[in-house]
Amino acid sequence: MLELERVSRHFGGVRALDGLDLMVPEGKIFGLIGPNGSGKSTTVNLVTGLFSLTSGRIRFRGQDIAPLATHKRLQAGIARTFQNIRLFGQLTVWQNLWVAQNSPEDRAKRGFLSRWLGGQAGARDEIVSLLEFSGLAHKRDELASNLAFGEQRRLELARAMATKPKLLLLDEPAAGMNSEEIGQLRERILKLRDRGLTILLVEHVMELVMGVTDRIAVLNFGQKIAEGTPAEIQQDPAVRTAYLGGGAQ
Amino acid sequence: MEFYYGLAQTIGIHTLLGLSAYIILLTGQMSMAQAAFYAIGAYASGMLTVLWGWHIVPAMFAGAGLGAAAAAAVGFPALRVKGLMLVIATLAFGEGVRLFFFNFDYQVQKGNIKVGPLGGEGFRQIRYFPENGWTSDQVMLFVWLFVLLIMALLWWCDRSRYGSVLRAVGDDELAAQSVGINLTAVKVSAMTVGGAIAGLAGSLYAHYTTHIEHLAFGVLQSIFALAYPIIGGLASVFGTLAAVVFVQGILVEGLRFLGDWRNLLFGVLIIVAMVVRPSGFLDAQMFRNFRRWIGAGRSDA
Repeated sequence: MLELERVSRHFGGVRALDGLDLMVPEGKIFGLIGPNGSGKSTTVNLVTGLFSLTSGRIRFRGQDIAPLATHKRLQAGIARTFQNIRLFGQLTVWQNLWVAQNSPEDRAKRGFLSRWLGGQAGARDEIVSLLEFSGLAHKRDELASNLAFGEQRRLELARAMATKPKLLLLDEPAAGMNSEEIGQLRERILKLRDRGLTILLVEHVMELVMGVTDRIAVLNFGQKIAEGTPAEIQQDPAVRTAYLGGGAQ
Repeated sequence: MEFYYGLAQTIGIHTLLGLSAYIILLTGQMSMAQAAFYAIGAYASGMLTVLWGWHIVPAMFAGAGLGAAAAAAVGFPALRVKGLMLVIATLAFGEGVRLFFFNFDYQVQKGNIKVGPLGGEGFRQIRYFPENGWTSDQVMLFVWLFVLLIMALLWWCDRSRYGSVLRAVGDDELAAQSVGINLTAVKVSAMTVGGAIAGLAGSLYAHYTTHIEHLAFGVLQSIFALAYPIIGGLASVFGTLAAVVFVQGILVEGLRFLGDWRNLLFGVLIIVAMVVRPSGFLDAQMFRNFRRWIGAGRSDA
């Protein structure tokens, strides 16, 4: 689904990512973990095109996406959420989802004029079901900036879903959540995978990562130090010293 | 009565000018070239009616079209740069256009006089309305017909998906492109619509004053265009109208009796207005409260 081949990104002398190889298989939840500054968010920004590659290659469904602008990658099927929530604060919950309907199917449904001006019944139904999925139906006319923290996280996930992605990049979706909210998030992520979505989950919260992923890669100083199933990763001595710390269990 | 007609027309034309900047501001961009699109509309439509005898309505659409074309042409290269660079680029374009009209001569013999733009002297005798026997009531209705038309169009646009897309870009460009919005297309389209509205305002201005010259299209005019929507608030087109009434009706005309003190008070009152209502006269919360208030009787409220 998503292949990174010897991907590097340097900022001046800092090697944020250094020759990373990664294969995210279709229909799986792939975890990307590592200490702060290990290159996880840089990976997400490279895949979505907010940063350009220093070297290496990124292929999405066999296509080299390096030359594509960010909005074109979205239309190819790559959506994301942000580590620090970035909603459209002066828009309502409904409008946040409305402006995100930019998938090729949605664009084809709209004509040239109604692409900008109209909203079809089909598009409306999708927003309604996304609001229900996220538990935000009662907040549809609230300004996004007035939502509580957990609701903003849910809305951001719903907004990414409104783009009808094939690959969803979640950048620390559980940051700041309590364990009840993390439980709900886990249910949602599993439901999305069951709908056929491929998910790349960048996360610190082990409670979520270990319980939900099919496979995990561990980064440290811009390089991959381990990859395997959650059980394998938990047993990996290199990971335990570099990331979990000596004796953490 | 003539005085109030004049004031009403000034308010109408300045509202259009403010709205031309409003739609660009929604995308988070600042254009200092609104006076240039205004000038292009004014000169082009004036030349069409005076020199080539066009009817006013097609001449106005031509003026709006040229304003839009100029805005798109400036927008494409300029919107690749951001923030302050865009301000400088549009400022330079605006001054360029003003200086072009300062040096622009194109006169034609008509009867026993020569008509057309004459450089620094300006463009006199844009006498379409008096020549065709329009009364001042008709001129005023005509001006306000277009003001209301544009306000209605923008009000509707604000409720459309396109309006939400504009505001999304204004809110957070990074997030907007991450949900698949093409930033260049959105910003250039907003700029083009803004140019068209400014061109339309210029067409009305030229025919209403009958005499235009380059001094009317300087930087100050561009600043006014930006100030109206900022003072009025970006929540709705009515904010811009309220700000024009406040500035042109109250500050400029209403305080005339103060003589030289007026200019001093002018600045102070604008500062006070911005302190009292930092997000503009009419902000989003006010509209939401209003909507909640009128919708209070409905079951879904």
